[in-house]
Amino acid sequence: MKPAILIAVMAAVTMLLRFLPFLIFRKQTPPYITYLGKVLPSAIIGMLVIYCLKDVNLTTHPHGLPELIAAACVVGLQVWKRNTLLSILAGTAVYMILVQFAF
Amino acid sequence: MIDPETCYKIEAYNTQVVRKMNKQIIKQAFWKSLPVMAGYIVLGIGFGILLQKAGYGVLWAFAMSTFIYAGSMQYVGVELISGGASILTTAFTTFMVNARHLFYSISMIDRYKDAGKYKPYMIFALTDETYSLLCDGHAPAEGDPNQYRFFVSLFNQCYWVTGSVLGSLLGAVLPFSTAGIEFSMTALFIASFTEQWLTSHDHIPALTGLLGTLICLVIFGSENFLIPAMFLITLILTILRRREEKAI
Repeated sequence: MKPAILIAVMAAVTMLLRFLPFLIFRKQTPPYITYLGKVLPSAIIGMLVIYCLKDVNLTTHPHGLPELIAAACVVGLQVWKRNTLLSILAGTAVYMILVQFAF
Repeated sequence: MIDPETCYKIEAYNTQVVRKMNKQIIKQAFWKSLPVMAGYIVLGIGFGILLQKAGYGVLWAFAMSTFIYAGSMQYVGVELISGGASILTTAFTTFMVNARHLFYSISMIDRYKDAGKYKPYMIFALTDETYSLLCDGHAPAEGDPNQYRFFVSLFNQCYWVTGSVLGSLLGAVLPFSTAGIEFSMTALFIASFTEQWLTSHDHIPALTGLLGTLICLVIFGSENFLIPAMFLITLILTILRRREEKAI
């Protein structure tokens, strides 16, 4: 019974966070919020990049090298081909090869 | 005056056009969602395996991925459930881990305004990845953009649920090492970041997000930096508002 309740709590809180802004600013969106809506997307993507890399340890072996090389591949491919799926698949493959065989 | 026969034919033709357009929209939504497919199925499998090992089978995996539908939170959730956490701890942890969704929703208020019947599900399904696919605002020139966004959201959740169920069933019987496959998530965000950088001429918001978060990571450590980072980013962007509104 307990796990089901905990899952319900997680679902309810997550839903609350997703719906709350839509409920609060239902009638009219203040200009400040509209402004945030314009600038936040690229800022949050930047935040998520760091969030994904938060556990990379630069002081011990392999000093974040697999992440750095794979990330460079993703950026390079994206600039070159502009194909998101290709960049992701290639970058992930490079990373898997690096952590399994190179480091 | 049009005779009933012609009228019927026109109507049938119109229905056909609408159906064809719907099919077109769904097809384009599917293509848009493809980059998330690999990441979600793989991460879903990881989650399913983890939950299975904690003693909760396929129905639990299905229920969590259907009703919670928040990637990193579900990973944390496995620990909460198996560790017998209290309801209060669970609620607070969920709030902290998922607080960033407030920001996603805020930035989608205008875009989702006229989504009508699609809106509740689109808000429910606004995950990191769905957000990263839809926040650039692109939609097919023809057809209903909200129907398109609805299907992108729906396809993404299908991948996530499928991955979770697969992981739960397969367990650890995969014939090859999947070590490092979690990088697909990182790669998705890096690719989105690069793409936004290439399409936008104002890089201040992107840099604020990247550097603001980095500063908070250094100061607060990897466990507690997310909330301060969100405050710092909002603060900086608020201070820069006048300058930025000219730049946009």
